[in-house]
Amino acid sequence: MTLPRFSPDNDPGPDFAALIDRFGIPAISNHEIIGKLPHGTTCVAIKYSDGVVLAGDRRATSGHHISFRAMEKVFQSDSHSGVAISGAAGPAIEMVKLFQLQLEHYEKVEGKSLSLEGKANQLGLMIRQNLPAAMQGLAVVPIFAGYDLRENDGRIFQYDVTGGRFEEASFATTGSGSLHATTVIKMGYEDQLARNDAVTLAANAIFEASDEDSATGGPDLIRDVFPTITTIDVNGYEEVNHDSVVATFMEIIETRTARNGGA
Amino acid sequence: MSMPFYVSPEQMMEDRADYARKGIARGRALIALSFKNGILIVAENPSNTLHKVSEIYDRVAFAGVGKYNEFDQLRIAGVRHADLKGYSFSREDVDARNLANQYAQMLGQIFTHEMKPMEVEILVAEISHKKDDIQPQMFHILYDGTVKDETEYAVLGGETEVILGRFSPLYKPNMTLSKAAQLAINSLSGSERDLVPSDLEVAELSIANGRRAFRRINGDELDGILS
Repeated sequence: MTLPRFSPDNDPGPDFAALIDRFGIPAISNHEIIGKLPHGTTCVAIKYSDGVVLAGDRRATSGHHISFRAMEKVFQSDSHSGVAISGAAGPAIEMVKLFQLQLEHYEKVEGKSLSLEGKANQLGLMIRQNLPAAMQGLAVVPIFAGYDLRENDGRIFQYDVTGGRFEEASFATTGSGSLHATTVIKMGYEDQLARNDAVTLAANAIFEASDEDSATGGPDLIRDVFPTITTIDVNGYEEVNHDSVVATFMEIIETRTARNGGA
Repeated sequence: MSMPFYVSPEQMMEDRADYARKGIARGRALIALSFKNGILIVAENPSNTLHKVSEIYDRVAFAGVGKYNEFDQLRIAGVRHADLKGYSFSREDVDARNLANQYAQMLGQIFTHEMKPMEVEILVAEISHKKDDIQPQMFHILYDGTVKDETEYAVLGGETEVILGRFSPLYKPNMTLSKAAQLAINSLSGSERDLVPSDLEVAELSIANGRRAFRRINGDELDGILS
């Protein structure tokens, strides 16, 4: 590999996707694979007083089969934003990897970060480029959440398979368990939630989704695998530590046990 | 008919080198030194938007002196090379040695084959992420592709000899960040003038910063070091 040099009229600028295109590395595989590839499921984002909570379960399924029990679906995209993915696992992870690189590449080449709006649009563009694969069953439907340092507020963006971008005012869910997760969040959501309450609400949403949807994984006590919960505020992206996640889920389990499993 | 006049290869190289050196000497200098947590780079740069020191990759930083547009072109090529390599292979596979060789090839090629050599001197600095063994590594690359590797410090740009004379007797390994910064700033300024924060560009590659080791030091933090 030699140093890439471009003439001024042929320069790809800070666009990493355009750069890898020049080198003939296909960005996202558009193979015509239809069928039972691993799919990821429920993710939620909830706004709270100081930022956004982003959470996701850990299960990946191929049809009725569980392919992975500890898959990560929530990723840090840069210092103040994160992506949670549902859909075809392979293309989704590849898309996130490219998205992370795109943000970092832009930041290094240009000397400053993209605006949160710019990052959200960039992700929309990547989803749109994946449309041919999405039509064949390899859809990727992420949630993008971040703290906007210019507006001093947490923001959540949701997408459809065509790359359509929708900003949500309070919360967003994606994946096969999203119906149930949405209901739980709707019941518990309040304006200006405290951080802890938002974390608990997200945990409840994932828990109920996993209870009702076979493709969503709940807390796995045997393997010590718990859903991922992260927060993004003015200080940046931070994963809620394992012990507090465990404590939050154990409390949910205790409450449900006391009710004898009844809803 | 005009006679094609002959210039000896020695003379031609000499002229090119003189030209590049003159261009570089006009600019202001920078010092890179290894300290307790990694590598500190202090540059005299009155602009706070046109950077001389920048991030290339997780553990790799870039610094350049001389003509801005020329070393910035090299910087961007380096970022692209590193990001491409990290994407195709793994983040760990991106290292300063390879990048320095690529820069040397490119500068050497331009020095001998193109109309005008690049009027730049660049530095590629790297640390490891191991807490007990930082392994600071600095590659100082000249306008003609000559590479020098250093582990303690490097001075680039105008009046290198004078600055080195002030700097090297006082340099000690494992200094704290503020001690290292003060020494570098005093060595750049000399005793006749004072450098204020707006004259300086300071950045570090430090194991304390997590995956992306590069961090700019400015604002209150820089004021604190200078006062």
